[in-house]
Amino acid sequence: MKYVDEFRSGERAVRLAAAIHREADAGRTYRLMEFCGGHTHAIFRFGLQDLVPVNVEFVHGPGCPVCVLPMGRIDNAIDLARNHDVILCTYGDLMRVPGSHRMSLLKAKAAGADIRMVYSTRDALAIARAHRRRQVVFFAIGFETTAPPTAVAIRQARAEGLSNFSVFCNHVLTPPALAYILRENARASRPAGIDGVLGPSHVSTIIGSGAYEPCAEAFSMPVVIAGFEPLDVMQSALMLIRQINAGRHAVENEYTRVVTREGNRKAQALMAEVFETRPAFEWRGLGKLPDSALAIAGSYADVDAERRFALPATAGSEVKGCLCPSILRGEDKPADCRLFGTVCTPENPMGACMVSSEGACAAYWSYGRFRQPATAA
Amino acid sequence: MSRPHRFPGRLDVKTGTVDMSHGSGGRSMAQLVAELFVHHFDNAWLRQGNDQATYSVAAGRMVVSTDAHVISPLFFPGGDIGSLAVHGTINDVAMAGAAPSYLTAAFILEEGFPLRDLERIVTSMARASCEAGVPVVAGDTKVVERGKGDGVFITTTGLGVVPEGVEVSGDRAGPGDAILLSGTIGDHGVAVMSSREHLEFETEIRSDSAPLHGLVARMIEAVPGIRCLRDPTRGGLATTLNELALQSGVGMMVEEERIPVAPAVAAACELLGLDPLYVANEGKLVCICPADDAERLLSVMRADALGREAAIIGHVVADAHHFVRMRTAFGGVRIIDWLAGEQLPRIC
Repeated sequence: MKYVDEFRSGERAVRLAAAIHREADAGRTYRLMEFCGGHTHAIFRFGLQDLVPVNVEFVHGPGCPVCVLPMGRIDNAIDLARNHDVILCTYGDLMRVPGSHRMSLLKAKAAGADIRMVYSTRDALAIARAHRRRQVVFFAIGFETTAPPTAVAIRQARAEGLSNFSVFCNHVLTPPALAYILRENARASRPAGIDGVLGPSHVSTIIGSGAYEPCAEAFSMPVVIAGFEPLDVMQSALMLIRQINAGRHAVENEYTRVVTREGNRKAQALMAEVFETRPAFEWRGLGKLPDSALAIAGSYADVDAERRFALPATAGSEVKGCLCPSILRGEDKPADCRLFGTVCTPENPMGACMVSSEGACAAYWSYGRFRQPATAA
Repeated sequence: MSRPHRFPGRLDVKTGTVDMSHGSGGRSMAQLVAELFVHHFDNAWLRQGNDQATYSVAAGRMVVSTDAHVISPLFFPGGDIGSLAVHGTINDVAMAGAAPSYLTAAFILEEGFPLRDLERIVTSMARASCEAGVPVVAGDTKVVERGKGDGVFITTTGLGVVPEGVEVSGDRAGPGDAILLSGTIGDHGVAVMSSREHLEFETEIRSDSAPLHGLVARMIEAVPGIRCLRDPTRGGLATTLNELALQSGVGMMVEEERIPVAPAVAAACELLGLDPLYVANEGKLVCICPADDAERLLSVMRADALGREAAIIGHVVADAHHFVRMRTAFGGVRIIDWLAGEQLPRIC
């Protein structure tokens, strides 16, 4: 498979692994936080932890948009689908995310709500065109990667006069989340800090690697923008180890085949036109972060489902004992959670990290639990 | 069709649709059965017109298996619900190491379903059953109101006989045994999914739907001591390996590089965010046999058109946790877990 096989070559992986073994200082540890769920997925799917020395540790970050969506927003979406007679269009991974009282979109659908799984905003628009008499709401989530297509759909709906279409906007921004984690990390009380960051890949195609420079500077933190293929992750880990060894803290770009320092200007302009930054937004696990999410701008208020259906701000009730918050901050690992593998499994997820295949708990459970046979079921 | 003028006018297959009378037990139903089902499935048992088929019982052990088919879309590249209903059940019988003898078929039709489509399905089913040499000897038809079905559901039941001395069962795998796979994985699921989502790829991906009893017969003949056979349908190879590991109380270690995946299927899975290990197959089998027989069995499989790309993909190990593990092309090791819920596409 062109453009994929090149980045999955086992032979090159062995050479990269040898370089990491050679250059990593055995006298210290390297705790590298991979920001994105895509990285976490690659690390587990390809067994990368086995290829690096034991003192090089991958710490899983908050970069799974499904995982960080606060429960209250899931409750809002379920309420929309059940009580407002709308057709709710959503990406597949949101279907099983538990809201309050173990409810989910999947369960709401089974109970009769009209919920449709779509692959793109274009599918949602097509559904709105085909059902002019029904209200069609697109449940928009994701980082900066999926925000531009949402912006295009909003403009398209306006241009076509699709008055039955609206968007429930939940797009969040990565630099404020990274800044929060690094601020927490800088506190002296942290037992084991983060030494370097594998930066977002597809997000960076939109906002550019330059967007992380203030973070790297403010917290003296090495950052390497890393692609999602396994060789990308290995190469980026090596680049981070080199920065750490040299005492540098720059934003370097491993994913040069798609990411530039400036990013995609056209997409940025689209986002600026259609969205405005929320003063604050709750991230599951991280709490309320200032300037960390997008709302639909006033000039497009008529397409905003939050306004159209007067959706209330609800808090949602988290499951007691669930360590998702501290796992998303990189402080705990899935196996530290008492619920992990006992009452919380992918079949029966309690917390968000177990739902999405990109969540750290799901990745540990699905790919890596043979390493801790005590938790095996 | 012993009495050609039994009904006033012929069934309007071209423009007609299924209506409630086709399931009512009256004349319309009799006409549908005679002119569509009996006509296409034509054989001595159906021509008798009884509510059941009688047949002589062979010596040895008999096998029975049943399978309901509810696929959407009904027609997909490489097959349709009709051929699938035949192949699926033949394969379930064959995985006991048995020779399938007879099939029965039950149709649940939705009011308003075009008779033309129904005929297309029945024709395809009849062709599949004829090619496989396994006749449909009994059947049933019911009609449900519009909106209470999805066009057509077909349930088939298969009967077969296990040859003397053959003892194939999912609980017989033991440490050291070899694990063989008969060919590429993921073709069926990707073909269905891409026609469902209207995805078009440069090369058309076709379902691998096929009857495997011929291949199984040659395998059994060469190595009567085969321990387990299973077709990795829903849930894919990953699910089948986990089922066998659990049933036999063992673990497994497979090599990623040895599992054949067609490039077009791999690319489509990459695009859709799916893992081919969990994607359905309808013309493949997993076989576990003693390690000493593995190479011989492999050459027998490769000599068959349906096993040309067969491979030894791993071996059975002792493991109290029954983990199915895989050595990745990178040299790392990971679990191949049970599928949780449905396989859903990822967004990033």
